[in-house]
Amino acid sequence: MVGGFRWAAMFPDEVWEHVFSFLPADADRNAAALVCRAWYRIERRSRWRVFVGNCYAVEPAAAVRRFPEVRAAAIKGKPHFADFNLVPSDWGGGAEAWVEAMVEGWPHLEELRLKRMVVSDDCLELIARCFKNFKVLSLVSCEGFSTAGLAAIAANCRNLRELDLHENEVEDNCLHWMSHFPESFASLVTLNIACLEERLVGLLHRVPQLVDLGTGKFAAQHHPELFSKLESAIAGCKNLKSLSGFWEAGPTYLPAIYSVCEGLTSLNLSYATIQGPELIKLISWCKNLQRLWVMDLIEDDGLIAVAASCKLLQELRVFPSDPYGAAQPISLTEHGLVAISAGCPMLHSVLYFCRQMTNAALLTVAKNCPNFTCFRLCIMEPHTPDYITRQPLDAGFSAIVESCKHLRRLSLSGLLTDLVFKSIGASANCLEMLSVAFAGDGDAGLHYILSGCKNLRKLEIRDCPFGDKPLLDNAAKLETMRSLWMSSCSVTLGACRQLARKMPLLNVEVINERKRGLPLELQPDNCPVEKLYIYRTVAGPRSDTPSCVWILR
Amino acid sequence: MDGGVGYADMDALKATELRLGLPGSHPPEKPLPTTTTTARPTKRSLDEDRAARRETSEGGRATSARATKAQVVGWPPIRSYRKNSFQAMKATAEAAGLYVKVSMDGAPYLRKIDLEVYKGYRELREALEDMFKCFEGCKGSEYAITYEDKDGDLMLVGDVPWEMFTSSCKKLRIIRGAEAIRGLGSSQ
Repeated sequence: MVGGFRWAAMFPDEVWEHVFSFLPADADRNAAALVCRAWYRIERRSRWRVFVGNCYAVEPAAAVRRFPEVRAAAIKGKPHFADFNLVPSDWGGGAEAWVEAMVEGWPHLEELRLKRMVVSDDCLELIARCFKNFKVLSLVSCEGFSTAGLAAIAANCRNLRELDLHENEVEDNCLHWMSHFPESFASLVTLNIACLEERLVGLLHRVPQLVDLGTGKFAAQHHPELFSKLESAIAGCKNLKSLSGFWEAGPTYLPAIYSVCEGLTSLNLSYATIQGPELIKLISWCKNLQRLWVMDLIEDDGLIAVAASCKLLQELRVFPSDPYGAAQPISLTEHGLVAISAGCPMLHSVLYFCRQMTNAALLTVAKNCPNFTCFRLCIMEPHTPDYITRQPLDAGFSAIVESCKHLRRLSLSGLLTDLVFKSIGASANCLEMLSVAFAGDGDAGLHYILSGCKNLRKLEIRDCPFGDKPLLDNAAKLETMRSLWMSSCSVTLGACRQLARKMPLLNVEVINERKRGLPLELQPDNCPVEKLYIYRTVAGPRSDTPSCVWILR
Repeated sequence: MDGGVGYADMDALKATELRLGLPGSHPPEKPLPTTTTTARPTKRSLDEDRAARRETSEGGRATSARATKAQVVGWPPIRSYRKNSFQAMKATAEAAGLYVKVSMDGAPYLRKIDLEVYKGYRELREALEDMFKCFEGCKGSEYAITYEDKDGDLMLVGDVPWEMFTSSCKKLRIIRGAEAIRGLGSSQ
């Protein structure tokens, strides 16, 4: 920069704002803000979309102060493993502090997306009352609210365009909350209420412009009249692109949606216990599908059919219908995955639950799909080797990370040694999130990851023999990441104390639910740590920790 | 950057280490599996069973703690929401049933049957015959199977499609004797 010349003043602020509006990612805007004070000032006043990946990384008031013109905010709370009951239910992630700050500082907020947070009815009422131009509410994997809170949203947010409520724990105490929606509801484009029971039909007639519909219970077995009403209501939604829900939909009722299948780009049948043949019939109508979520009842044959008819498929998720293996085995194996990888050239995101895998299959998948951005494989029995060679699956997963140069998210499973971590550390240069369970031999595994993977943001580990050394040796790395979760590993309290002392910008949270013996402050250094959550923050230690969580300083 | 000293040596050491277990198997240190409680379908439940938590052994390899068929907490990694809905679905599938009372003229007590178990009228008829054959006064006596519908009217079984029948049938009544035959005509 030329000394003394205030080049930023060459153009009026509005011009720079306009230039910044073309920056696609927050990271780019962040970089621009560091160039000079003028750009910092201009950028902050023109940023209208904010993403807070960890609600405790910054004080709500500070965020609101820095970006006064925000219209759209997305905030995430609990660590990902909270989804699997590994995080104590009172850990935190409450939304009040954020909602109060936003109501104060962002009265023009239009869009709020919360994930894994505890949202009370009071919060919902505050949102409904205070944001006059509120358009989008998305609550995913949240809890703490009831349908009474939703009634407030329905009643007051006259311009609501999107209401996405999937996978929340909602108390159902207000039976007809949806009747609070306005009679004529021309703004609603997305309605995803997959967590609730509700009759759709009435509402569907009022929102024919709906693009995205998620249903609750669809058990129309004993109501043939309801079925035909639903069929005509859905057929009336000519813009429907995305459908989800269909709990307990029997095969006789699926034809209700045939009329819209061709227009669908997204279909979520992962709660529907529909068997393979019916699924194949349904999906064969959906030639334009880009996203398919389904249960393993689809089996290999079904996936082969998908590979043949859904050439535009980008994302596939296959969930287990019987995770605890009590029922008869389902014929969903590595063959289904290979078929999809071969038949769907645009596939880039996969979540696949299965019971067996081979290195050869993974090598084939890696070769077929070098464009993967997200690969999550869950072989349901821990430590399962290649079932043909009995070898660890190191070679298969290594092939994935070496071939898929744009891989951003990876979940490992099966029998794995430190070798796979060596490959990941060396090759996974775009990797942002890694999930590891029941894998590795020792400290080297973790060290490979932390000393490699230069874009790593989130690392979550459970039941692996990783200890203190790699953590302490790579302390600085932790500040470049959003968070690290380790549970049932070999970390001691002493290492956590050292880490906390060495790294003031990290919150080192030790979670110990046992509550036996001495309080944590008095425990010796060699005391094992059950669960550890480390995250970078500029807000210092949080003040809402429950009794089982200690923040070390 | 490269904490090489510790890790490279450890790799070499491991290669020559003597331990129990099949060649090529790498049983790592692991916690004993804890069992999950079944989640209630309405609210998020907190896992209460922490009984089997392990103590960390310094560097020891636990050859014993292999996760068997016991359920491990939070594994496989499916959201509690999805897990709860499986359990709810299984429960309703098992407990669901369209139980209706069946009375027969002259029988001292009523029976109950689950209409969902039958695929159609023939199966229903056979089941009812079987159920009430001990009460038939004389063999071959005629009878008619009727039902009371949603409006409280007494209807003859067999006129409407099966699904419509099961959705409107409130109770069944088997009418015997001359009264039954009079109205039957050709329907049986």
